[in-house]
Amino acid sequence: MSDHNGTWWIWKVFWILLVITGVEVALGIVKPEFMLTQLFGTSVLNYVFIILTLVKAAYIVQIFMHVKFEKKGLKYALYLPTLILIPYLTFILLTEGSYLFQ
Amino acid sequence: MASSAEMTQEENNWGGGSRPLGARYGKLMMWFFLLSDALTFSGFLTAYGLMRFKFESTWPIAENVFTHFPGLEGDQPLLYVALMTFILIMSSVTMVLAVNAGEKMNRKAVTNWMLWTIIGGLIFVGSQAWEWYHFIIGDSGAVETARQEILHIYNEEGERLSFSQVVHGMEEGHASNHGETFTKAEVLAAMKANEGMYIMEPGKAGVSFTHEASVAMLEAGDVVQGANMIHNEYGQKQFANFFFFITGFHGFHVFSGVVINFIIFYNVLLGTYERRGHYRMVEKVGLYWHFVDLVWVFVFTFFYLV
Repeated sequence: MSDHNGTWWIWKVFWILLVITGVEVALGIVKPEFMLTQLFGTSVLNYVFIILTLVKAAYIVQIFMHVKFEKKGLKYALYLPTLILIPYLTFILLTEGSYLFQ
Repeated sequence: MASSAEMTQEENNWGGGSRPLGARYGKLMMWFFLLSDALTFSGFLTAYGLMRFKFESTWPIAENVFTHFPGLEGDQPLLYVALMTFILIMSSVTMVLAVNAGEKMNRKAVTNWMLWTIIGGLIFVGSQAWEWYHFIIGDSGAVETARQEILHIYNEEGERLSFSQVVHGMEEGHASNHGETFTKAEVLAAMKANEGMYIMEPGKAGVSFTHEASVAMLEAGDVVQGANMIHNEYGQKQFANFFFFITGFHGFHVFSGVVINFIIFYNVLLGTYERRGHYRMVEKVGLYWHFVDLVWVFVFTFFYLV
């Protein structure tokens, strides 16, 4: 971590994660009316939650787990399986499981 | 002997001797383990989502289930789980600080931050135990029909009633049963006496029944309080099973993380890594610990928010 001086960058990510969690909890309690509009099977609010979660996950992986500063080869070795297999797993489970709804 | 041109090519590509991934064996293997674990958790959460969509009318709304906060009376949705999230993020921060200190070979700082990380982990596991306790004990109680459907009791104003409120009345009763057990006869007698009471499915799109149908359904069915693998008062029984399994599996990860962190912490105290000349072990357990935090971020969203 020779490219970092001090610990400010750790605390910066801490505050980002804290603020995002705070926003999520506030939205979860208030549930603003305009966000309850349905869009592709679920509410806009749920999309907001999922996007905020992915932002949090990106910060944890990139900064805390240090992937941002790894070599390109390692980044690909980690990101490609995750970004291909997890959507695939989700897709195949939900489509193949659709017979349960009949 | 290889020519210099060949050697350059070997360094640029994947030949032996060069380190194309720039990571040592232990770290690489930890990463690949975490990758497979990530797939395991995504499988669980996807299965949860599938079941939730299938049983939407009876699937409990998490904010009506996890409403307790230590020392506070009444409904406090999301507050406790937000606190748990904060604790886990905080212990992730102290873990990065420990890794950071390890790279500077600062043994005292590593000791300090590792200790805070372990404390954070223990508080999180303890909080989870507390939440499980309240989940298992139950809150308001519910009617379970002969077809094993879970239904909640409401009054004419459309307020959800606990058994305590049904039996003792709105003034005398508590919004939560506070560990008091009620028999089917007690609840049935109170429901018969009160024309306004009816039962409704717990989910977001739940169906409600008339007073007469409600009494008949309770007569044929039973009352249920608390949650276990077979019955739960919150709604669709798979909800409790998924809750126990996913948060349990995550909690087990946290617990083993605490144990591993403790072993590394002990080794830091002994000066093992000082003698070894590097603190790479701290970095490796750090990866595991952040992963536990990462999974929690998703569990938090899909179990409590969405």
